[in-house]
Amino acid sequence: MGLPREEYIASGHRACAGCGEILTIRHVLKASGKNTIVVNATGCAEVVTTPYPQTAWKIPWVHSAFENIAAVASGIDKGLECRGIRDKINLLAIGGDGASFDIGFGSLSGAIERGHKFTYIATDNEAYMNTGIQRSGATPLFANTTTSPAGKKIHGKIEPKKPLPLIVAAHGVSYVATISIADLPDLYAKVKKALKAEVVSFLHAFCPCVPGWKYPSSKTIEIAKKATATGVFPLYEIENGILKFTRKPAKLEPVNNYLKMQGRFKHLSQSEIRQIQNYVKERYNFLLSVENSKCFDTLFK
Amino acid sequence: MKRVIETSHAIALAVKLARVKVIPMYPITPQTHIVERLAEFINNGTLDAKMIHVESEHSAISALQGALLSNVRAFTATSSQGLALMFEILQIISGMRLPAVMVIANRALSAPINIWNDHSDAFAVRDQGWMQIFAETAEEALDSVLMAYKLAESKEVQIPIMVNIDGYSLSHVYEPVDIPSQTLVDSFLPKFKLEDYLDINNPKTFGPIGFPDSYMYFKEAQHKAMKNAEKRIKEINREFKKKFKRSYGNGLVEEYKIEDAETVFVCLGSICGTAREAVDQLRVKGKKAGLLKLRYIRPWPSKSIRKALNKAEKIAVFDRAFSFGSEAPLYTELKATLQDKQINSYVVGLGGRDVTIEHFKKAYRMCSKNKNGWLY
Repeated sequence: MGLPREEYIASGHRACAGCGEILTIRHVLKASGKNTIVVNATGCAEVVTTPYPQTAWKIPWVHSAFENIAAVASGIDKGLECRGIRDKINLLAIGGDGASFDIGFGSLSGAIERGHKFTYIATDNEAYMNTGIQRSGATPLFANTTTSPAGKKIHGKIEPKKPLPLIVAAHGVSYVATISIADLPDLYAKVKKALKAEVVSFLHAFCPCVPGWKYPSSKTIEIAKKATATGVFPLYEIENGILKFTRKPAKLEPVNNYLKMQGRFKHLSQSEIRQIQNYVKERYNFLLSVENSKCFDTLFK
Repeated sequence: MKRVIETSHAIALAVKLARVKVIPMYPITPQTHIVERLAEFINNGTLDAKMIHVESEHSAISALQGALLSNVRAFTATSSQGLALMFEILQIISGMRLPAVMVIANRALSAPINIWNDHSDAFAVRDQGWMQIFAETAEEALDSVLMAYKLAESKEVQIPIMVNIDGYSLSHVYEPVDIPSQTLVDSFLPKFKLEDYLDINNPKTFGPIGFPDSYMYFKEAQHKAMKNAEKRIKEINREFKKKFKRSYGNGLVEEYKIEDAETVFVCLGSICGTAREAVDQLRVKGKKAGLLKLRYIRPWPSKSIRKALNKAEKIAVFDRAFSFGSEAPLYTELKATLQDKQINSYVVGLGGRDVTIEHFKKAYRMCSKNKNGWLY
């Protein structure tokens, strides 16, 4: 499939073996190339790549704080425009699910509304992993985290995941997509499209986390594959308001094939697995029902 | 060209003359007149800059950081709650050694909510590694913004700076201002060029994690740079005088009738005008009063203060902020600087309470009895 050989994030960083987030960043950067500036939120990626005086980044990179990458990117976007070099540079804002779904949600929404030009990548590992696996707005139903523990009375997180890509699409942006390291051709094609957008484009990246999800480090890609095969993480894009599946399994596998691979779900009862199955199915059916329709089209622009 | 204009307008003109390129802004009273003027300049085509209408002050300061990192001169302004919301990013900018310039139209902090002037906002962020200057007049506000850019961007400094102007009592006041020409400002303020920025041809990492083995070096370097700034402030003040035919004391402090003064008032910002008048009236009655106006609180000009107050017998410090459970902040620092002097503390003008000539006269009387107080 002709993936570029060049690496823009060096090996030797301190990420866990099998880290889904670093793999995502590695491949996103291969697609965006040398002329890329990255704004990175506080989180695992920032910590493992930049222990002073070392850095794993071969491109210009800045980390400011947890909740402000969209705002910092807004300033860079306008600064580059003033210098007349905006078109030469791919500007990426990369934040985890805590940074994107929760604490930085306001700054993301503001930057989208203002019509800045950059690509926002939410590297979603479904909890605050850097601080020790605490529940976030992206943690899925019934997952066991350190602040939503599988207790005797309450079995993990009792709320479902925030539908961030759809919320972003409702702003009326030109490109939103989900990406997975289990499908690199799909990931590359989507990063390329996202970089062409004239306003904020948004990529929701599925990033399995070895210590957070509790699985052997060799299983990262397999789990990511299973997430798409079961409909837990469908691969789609919303281009100019029109939603299209980019991969559609002929038949969805039962969700338990995905859940049973991970320690964070090992406490689930049959009834809870059924609830998750219904929830996943409903959401998947919703996406199918709006496929090719103009539900996110110019109405919101 | 001398014109009678509002201080906020004067500041907007300074920003324009400094050829600022990016202006992230979020409205808050009493700062808004500044950015309103800037928006007019941009939309009328007289200022070639981009305004970013951010959704919060937190994003305003973050976008300011982004703009600077892309290697352009930038500006923002805020007040009170807005500055409080920016708190987190202040030390990220100073720690990254970015030469940000921000105007604070000083306003009291909630609760109770109060939109009027005091210095509780500026003092709440005193230790975030930003230089802080206080202007007394509209003209000084304009000049201070120009000097602030030159200072912050100096190679031996590279520290951000807040230009404080008293909310309403200076921000909304109309005064005669000598507006310098663009040519003159261009000869004073060099073109913006950072040594380190986000450059695809020379990639660098900004904002790494500093473990315990490195963190302290960064912080000590910030302190040293801030101390270097003292010398640079004096140099810039002298250069400013040569070019613009006006200056402010030695740059760090300004003395008024201090030579033979027995009791010296020490204060910041717009109330210095009232203090001068009080000094004159006291002197008519044969009372030897004087004034030391502090222009900077960071860097803290201890040498200049010691020199200026060397002969003073009594010192009356006026604070417009307070450290609850302790004492007024300027008073604390002045005591640490002048340990062998009689120094008295007067807390005045919180939340926009008027500060009048009578307050200074009362403080003068109380000072003669070595008494402190809150003056209403």
